[in-house]
Amino acid sequence: MKQLLIFIRKETYHIFRDKRTLLILLGMPMVQVLIFGFAITNEITNARIAILDQSKGEMSQDIIQRLVASSYFEIDENLRAVSDIERHFRQGKTKMVVVFPPQLQENLLRSVPTQIQLVADATDPNTATTLINYASAIIGRYLQEQNQGNAPPLEISTDVKMLYNPRLKSVYMFVPGVITIILMLMSAMMTSIAITREKELGTMEVLLVSPLRPSTIVVGKVIPYILLALAMAAIVLLLGAFVFGMPIRGSLLLLMVECVLFVITSLSLGILISTRTETQQVAMLISLMALMLPTILLSGFIFPIESMPKVLQVISNIIPAKWFIIIIKNVMLRGTGFNFIWKETLILLGMALFFIGASIRNFKIRLA
Amino acid sequence: MANQYAIDVQNISKRYGKQVLALDEISLHVHSGELFGLIGPDGAGKTTLIRILATLLLADSGQASVNGWDVRKDYKKIRSNVGYMPGRFSLYQDLSVEENLHFFATIFGTTIEENYELIREIYVQLEPFRTRKAGQLSGGMKQKLALCCALIHKPLVLFLDEPTTGVDAVSRQEFWEMLQRLRQKGITILVSTPYMDEASLCERVALIQKGRIMSIDTPANIVAGFDKPLLAVRTDNMYRLINDLRQFESTHSAYPFGDYAHLALNGPIWPEAVHAFLADKKHTGIEIKPAKATIEDSFMELMTKS
Repeated sequence: MKQLLIFIRKETYHIFRDKRTLLILLGMPMVQVLIFGFAITNEITNARIAILDQSKGEMSQDIIQRLVASSYFEIDENLRAVSDIERHFRQGKTKMVVVFPPQLQENLLRSVPTQIQLVADATDPNTATTLINYASAIIGRYLQEQNQGNAPPLEISTDVKMLYNPRLKSVYMFVPGVITIILMLMSAMMTSIAITREKELGTMEVLLVSPLRPSTIVVGKVIPYILLALAMAAIVLLLGAFVFGMPIRGSLLLLMVECVLFVITSLSLGILISTRTETQQVAMLISLMALMLPTILLSGFIFPIESMPKVLQVISNIIPAKWFIIIIKNVMLRGTGFNFIWKETLILLGMALFFIGASIRNFKIRLA
Repeated sequence: MANQYAIDVQNISKRYGKQVLALDEISLHVHSGELFGLIGPDGAGKTTLIRILATLLLADSGQASVNGWDVRKDYKKIRSNVGYMPGRFSLYQDLSVEENLHFFATIFGTTIEENYELIREIYVQLEPFRTRKAGQLSGGMKQKLALCCALIHKPLVLFLDEPTTGVDAVSRQEFWEMLQRLRQKGITILVSTPYMDEASLCERVALIQKGRIMSIDTPANIVAGFDKPLLAVRTDNMYRLINDLRQFESTHSAYPFGDYAHLALNGPIWPEAVHAFLADKKHTGIEIKPAKATIEDSFMELMTKS
């Protein structure tokens, strides 16, 4: 026990005396959250559109106002003729053109089916689809309101209700993902170099010729980093809450406890990498490359696991990040308690224990 | 049988890969309380042997034991009871002198106070720099600190791998004086060094070269074994001198030795003949004097024989 304590103390000295690394470790999550946060988003604001209003009526003006008021769109130009549409797109000025037919108002009042045309630049299909969806929704809502006074036409309308994230804000999706990835990568990276550094500096030689047990060394290396990783988690959560307006609906204590568990899992994964590598560079590369891609692609962070091929779905189960994303989405967005996430928690706990056990087993008790 | 020696090595061999034979059937034993030197140039296999004894490497074949404990089976026992100082400075550079010592004392389950008597003489020199980071110490101070850390748990056997390499002459001498005092306290010491002049400070030495032991004896006996007459020769052109001396008919061997060339002769000493030979070869500033054989001469002699 005394040995473990002095070992932890020694590691803590290493961490806090290397000011530059410490600064990087705490600064990097901040930069990453901001970059990820602003870069990974499929929301569109102030897209430039053009209008070709052939009806020149009250209704078309109303619709145009609604479109502008939504702040998704910004009118770039009012076109005069159909032939202008092609020219306008070629100039690359707009993403979408809204075409109102000549008899719009008359037709609508007489309940004659009529069409408003939305022409989008599909060189970027995602943007085009999003714009069309936004515009259709706005126009649809307007027509519905207009119909309310009159006898409703015979039609089936769907009533969509988006739970937990009514405005479908993408921050709700990416902030949990970003928190997960940053905690995973930073934690694994920190410990992956912890043992290889001792190998490189030669201090491992003297540690080995001592009564220290591999378990003491492994555990003693993980514990001091937990606090550091938690500081990172706090930074990322605060940024998520204050910069991106991410809510924390569940218990903050539960969230932090789950963070600690995930951090321990990642740190022990880092240690495992460390026991298998000889140099810090290799360890760092492995922890970055080998962990980053599967974590981003298979954790459900960007691509939904349900729509993956069966094989990948099975593989995704061994990615710790997948379980943690489920946990924090539950706690932060749905505000659920422990009874809904105990299974995922147990899986993470099992993984952490497995990694620590494997590290102790893999720990080389000799030099070669 | 094996248990009566502090260190017992029998037919140890070690290969790195297929090509390099680092140790070739080495056998030696060190008595309890002895100061034993492993003398040989870089790449002779000294570090490999010490690492095998410190349980850091496994030998390919052969038996070795430290204080009766087998290096393979009883490695845990050995690790708790020996002190090991690697050739490269291996303490924590970002920890202070005191923190390093405290750390090593604690992981060995002891305290600085408990064994302070053993390291007192060394540690008093470090005391003024107690709070300085180990990485900022001078080379000699680093070695003293490393020795303190290796001694703090009162080991039965001390392994020192080239402790004086890269250390200034004064610190080297001090270091050896410390080793002598430690020996008087009953600690068995196995020390390796590439410096031949340090051999005479050991009780017994093993001369090792290319993974083979050429001779094991007391330094005096090894020197006495050198039976050729020896001359120290020097001229203005030292580079040409060695080559020319090797042409001389009764030359046994000629090699550089500090500022001089050492010339071992097959026949009786006849400096005048050497002088005439060198003058004939157009050497100037010729200086010839009889020389006393040293460990290095014996080493060179043994090398040419093997």
